[in-house]
Amino acid sequence: MAGAALARRPMSIVEAIRQARRQAASYRGIWSWIATVDHKRIGIMYGATSFSFFLIGGIEALIIRLQLAKPNGGIVDADQYDRLFTMHGTTMVFLVVMPMSAAFFNLIIPLMIGARDVAFPRLNAFSYWAFLFGGLFMTSSFFTGNPAGTFFQGKLGAPDAGWFGYAPLTLVSHSAGHGVDFWALGLLILGISSMAGGFNFIVTILNMRAPGMTLFRMPVFVWMTLVTSFLIIFAMPVITVALFQIMFDRRFGANFFNVAAGGTPLLWQHMFWLFGHPEVYILVLPAMGIVSEVLPTFARKPLFGYPFVVFSGIAIGFMSWGVWAHHMYTTGLGSVANSAFGVSTILIAIPTGVKIFNWMGTLWGGAIRMKTPLLYAVGFIAMFTVGGLTGVTHSIVPSDYQQQDTYYIVAHFHQVLVGGALFGLFAGIYYWFPKFSGKMLNEKMGQIQFWLFFAGFNVTFQPMMILGLIGMPRRIQSYPEGMGWGLWNMMATVGAFMIAVSVMLFIYNVIYSLMRGEEAGADPWDARTLEWSIPSPPPAYNFAEIPQVRSLDDFWHRKYVENERGVPVPVVAGAAHDTEESHGDGHGIHLPSPSFMPLIAAFGLPLIGFGLIYDYALVAAGVVVLLFGIYAWALEPAAE
Amino acid sequence: MEQARTAPHALAPTSTGLDNRKLLMWLFLASECLFFGGLIGTYLLYRNRSVGPPFPTNTVYNGVHYHGVFDIPFTSISAFVLLMSSVSMVLALAAIQRNNRRALRMWLLCTAFLGMTFLAGQAFEFTEFYRAGLTVHSNLFGTTFFVLTGFHGAHVSVGVLILLSLYVMASRGKITHENSLNIELAGLYWHFVDVVWIVIFTVVYLIQPT
Repeated sequence: MAGAALARRPMSIVEAIRQARRQAASYRGIWSWIATVDHKRIGIMYGATSFSFFLIGGIEALIIRLQLAKPNGGIVDADQYDRLFTMHGTTMVFLVVMPMSAAFFNLIIPLMIGARDVAFPRLNAFSYWAFLFGGLFMTSSFFTGNPAGTFFQGKLGAPDAGWFGYAPLTLVSHSAGHGVDFWALGLLILGISSMAGGFNFIVTILNMRAPGMTLFRMPVFVWMTLVTSFLIIFAMPVITVALFQIMFDRRFGANFFNVAAGGTPLLWQHMFWLFGHPEVYILVLPAMGIVSEVLPTFARKPLFGYPFVVFSGIAIGFMSWGVWAHHMYTTGLGSVANSAFGVSTILIAIPTGVKIFNWMGTLWGGAIRMKTPLLYAVGFIAMFTVGGLTGVTHSIVPSDYQQQDTYYIVAHFHQVLVGGALFGLFAGIYYWFPKFSGKMLNEKMGQIQFWLFFAGFNVTFQPMMILGLIGMPRRIQSYPEGMGWGLWNMMATVGAFMIAVSVMLFIYNVIYSLMRGEEAGADPWDARTLEWSIPSPPPAYNFAEIPQVRSLDDFWHRKYVENERGVPVPVVAGAAHDTEESHGDGHGIHLPSPSFMPLIAAFGLPLIGFGLIYDYALVAAGVVVLLFGIYAWALEPAAE
Repeated sequence: MEQARTAPHALAPTSTGLDNRKLLMWLFLASECLFFGGLIGTYLLYRNRSVGPPFPTNTVYNGVHYHGVFDIPFTSISAFVLLMSSVSMVLALAAIQRNNRRALRMWLLCTAFLGMTFLAGQAFEFTEFYRAGLTVHSNLFGTTFFVLTGFHGAHVSVGVLILLSLYVMASRGKITHENSLNIELAGLYWHFVDVVWIVIFTVVYLIQPT
């Protein structure tokens, strides 16, 4: 009898979760978001979370700029300064640009390929929760990473080894607190999240395309997502191994980077940059994809040289594996290796240059409408070109010897990551906001916001180019008077605050437009791809009827035909394929059920992380939570 | 939201014709190649670079002769056991594809048993090495050896867990030849872990330092 009673208890837990799941199925309220497996909602959560981290990383940047505005800055000491620039870099790369790209993958990819969701909706939710928990875990180190104790004591305890964490700075001998532990374990959790997303989007793109959507009828954004996802699943394991090696050295006294035992810190540099250079393209390829969608829409022309853009993206994906040592010229690899990597680095500029010419060719002769998304896209082309060309100057080995670890490097990678990746992402936000909110972003505010951002960006980072060339090293927390650096640093600080004001304006615009923006309608930009063929915001089931695709830019060709002079003219009303709305209310479409299991499984990960730092009992608890989540996930039906 | 609640349809055909889950497993294994590639690469980089004993094979270091810790015949036997588990894994899949559930259960259990035998051998080997003074901390050989083979052992352990879970499902009659894909996916993972061991066994044990 006791056995029967014992057997009933776990049943009741399962029953409770089932019941919660059924309630979460109502498409409203907070629980419906927590249990959601809908790619659109997950995308919105990705976007909102990464934007919050963007604000945190931005505040870190502003403190850094205030500190450096004048010689002998005294706002933070060297120790705190190290922690700020480490977290600024790590946050912006892993918690802002990557997940914001993932937000666009989630929102756009299933709609662009004519699918009802991604291939693995619950795995998709798991990716999001692992990202959120990993980000919070790492950010919590500000308060918990102190060597003196586990709580905040007037000093921030974040990691202090720089965003690329060179050994031996990451070893206990050089960083005694828990900051680096949080950094390494946090990146491991974020890596799991990214890899799960990478697998999911490759399978989605290869397997879930609408009938007729052959690979070369896919929009360029879908192609770039595919290339990015492949880079993610192959690059992340490499950094995973390197992070495990750091953790073994730190926690268990292993010798991977211990010079006295014969180890070499250079191993870290090779492992990190073998991951790190593909990572650069993981950051920028999605933005290139977005720009390749925005330009044709606002030039009212097809993308110039579609196959060239696609193959250039693929070529970049392959070549990004053969350039990593250009980060390491000054480590003494020898002139043969340096020359080889110099050549490969120059070569990778070719596919990138091809794309830039294709984008300009798209604009050439187009009926251009200068809306905010296009401003950002054109800003991307201009600024990314500058960033790319400064990158080519680094590929020249003797020149790079002079630039290594100066502000010229800092200026270069901000030029490609802010002027490139972030401008592209902002283009995407302005472009697709109407699709997912049903409201237009205010155009006038958008234009002001762009110009303020653009000006602020150049006022911030062009002075850094000069600073680098006149010899200011990176990662110094203050500099004496009389170096001639004061003016340029002050300029950069003013520029940083201009960017901050423009970001505030952007937030105001979003809130204002959500409340009283004009209704967007299904296709406000007269665009070319399938997501614009359905209502804004899209219904839960996306497409009432799965579209049949007949050509590249299929939706455009449903709306326009070319007359004898090759000028597009609207299809006569009624002759067009009937619009999506006429197919009824999606009755009878089967959707996957909401689930709490991805959240529960992902919650096990930070528990394991805290456990490795503080108490192994917590590791056991985390493993139990993780296993419970995975088993319940595997056993619950995908749809009830 | 009634429209979302109708009965599940049969799985929609995919664009490539490959099942989603199978494609996911192949991608995962491709990604794992880079993971083990990183570990094996590190092992190779640090081979013969230990400062001080214990050494893997008989070594003269600073004029002193040291006995190697490796017991090649023993490890060869446990490698053979792991390879045989791939055979029983194939037989398990063949059984359920012929809808023979009894044979499925037997071969699943056999595969898990062989996997656990391999793990027991690894535990024994680790203990012996530890007694000989080899730890993660002792020297570069210890560091790279334990981390590489340890991560492989962790993969085998996960595989055993999957096999035992499938055995429980099979015992409850939940695995039929319609959803034999579950067995096939577990098999892909299991064979991959075996193949990785062939590489590790060759690189770590068989290619002797000169």
